[in-house]
Amino acid sequence: MAEQGKVDPMHQFMIEPLFGTDHLTLGGYNIAFTNSALWMLITTVALFVFVAGGSKKQLVPGRWQMAVESLTGFIDNLLAANVGPAGKKYVPYIFSLFSFILFANVLGLLPLGLVGVHPFTATSHFTVTGVLAVLSFAIVLIVGFKRHGLHFFSLFVPHGTPGWLLWLIPFIELISFLVRPFSLALRLFVAMMAGHVLLEVLSSFVIASTNSGFLWGTVVGLPSFLLMIAICALEILVAGIQAYVFALLTSLYLNDAENLH
Amino acid sequence: MPQIAQLSATYASQIFWALIFFGFVFFVIGRGFVPGVLATVANRDKQIADDLAAAKAARTAAEAAEEAWKQTAAKQRADAHALIAAAKHDATLASETRLGEAAAAVDARMAEADARLAAASASALQEIETVASEAAVLIAQSLAGLTLDADAARASVKEVLHG
Repeated sequence: MAEQGKVDPMHQFMIEPLFGTDHLTLGGYNIAFTNSALWMLITTVALFVFVAGGSKKQLVPGRWQMAVESLTGFIDNLLAANVGPAGKKYVPYIFSLFSFILFANVLGLLPLGLVGVHPFTATSHFTVTGVLAVLSFAIVLIVGFKRHGLHFFSLFVPHGTPGWLLWLIPFIELISFLVRPFSLALRLFVAMMAGHVLLEVLSSFVIASTNSGFLWGTVVGLPSFLLMIAICALEILVAGIQAYVFALLTSLYLNDAENLH
Repeated sequence: MPQIAQLSATYASQIFWALIFFGFVFFVIGRGFVPGVLATVANRDKQIADDLAAAKAARTAAEAAEEAWKQTAAKQRADAHALIAAAKHDATLASETRLGEAAAAVDARMAEADARLAAASASALQEIETVASEAAVLIAQSLAGLTLDADAARASVKEVLHG
């Protein structure tokens, strides 16, 4: 009985090769097509269908076109507000970043367990979020050095730094700058993982307490279940917010690279 | 924590597929579709702005045309009034002239008639004198058997008639 109710909250993050591609290699590296890759594929396909279906370019937009235009307009405004006119050229990248993360987050939350399919949240792995963070950081570095050359290092000396602190401030700024890719990647990964673990733990409470009898099911299981419902709503919010935070921070870093301080 | 436990076995696959799919998203969706969508929105905004500007210009033109029409109408009305006043003045003058002419003709005819009347009464008086003197001669002849000189009778009659 106890074994039946046991839920491993970490099992959902297990990466399993699919379709017998366990030993697929490229240049000596294993590139097995895993469940993680499958859900990134689903994310990509869903996003493709969404955007392609909405880019009819009609003068009077339909509902679908309106939805896609709202999303692109949102990113456009984000960049216009944070980077200014120079931000226009980053719209494709920030749009891709935001929608890829958003779709991956939301797809990972779908209650597909009801039909026996287990959704996998690709953004709950720092190997995936790390790729996105390193890409963003690399773009910031490339843009910064391309536009400003070595003058880009003045980023580490903010305006109004007192002369007698010049030995310390650049060092702190450098650390905070170098931490950016890690904070980007870890924030998203931790937020996604924490939410999913919490839901899983609560669900294990529900199952275990209900299996222990009516009393425990009422005292522990029911409140846990109600809490799960609330946290599901919260997780949907977090899925959007984390995608927004990733896009927003990337655009802020791009602003540093474009306009310095 | 599978993320760390499986790291060495799966990092290459994770990075590879993340790059593949995010690359697809960026190059096909981000670079392919998004600029078109943005351009559509920009075109629509521009068209709306242009249409609004055109409507505003048309309204201004209509207002100017109305103003011009009003001025023309007022001018035409004033012209018409002036024309009517002039015509009235001319008509008055013409009728006064004709009345004057008619009055003069009437006066002339009246004067002529008076003259004729005076002449007629004078000749009638003459006639009466003649008749009276002849009557006086005949009366004197038949009553008294006197034969009177015609001239003397006329003088006498004239004296009696005119006192």
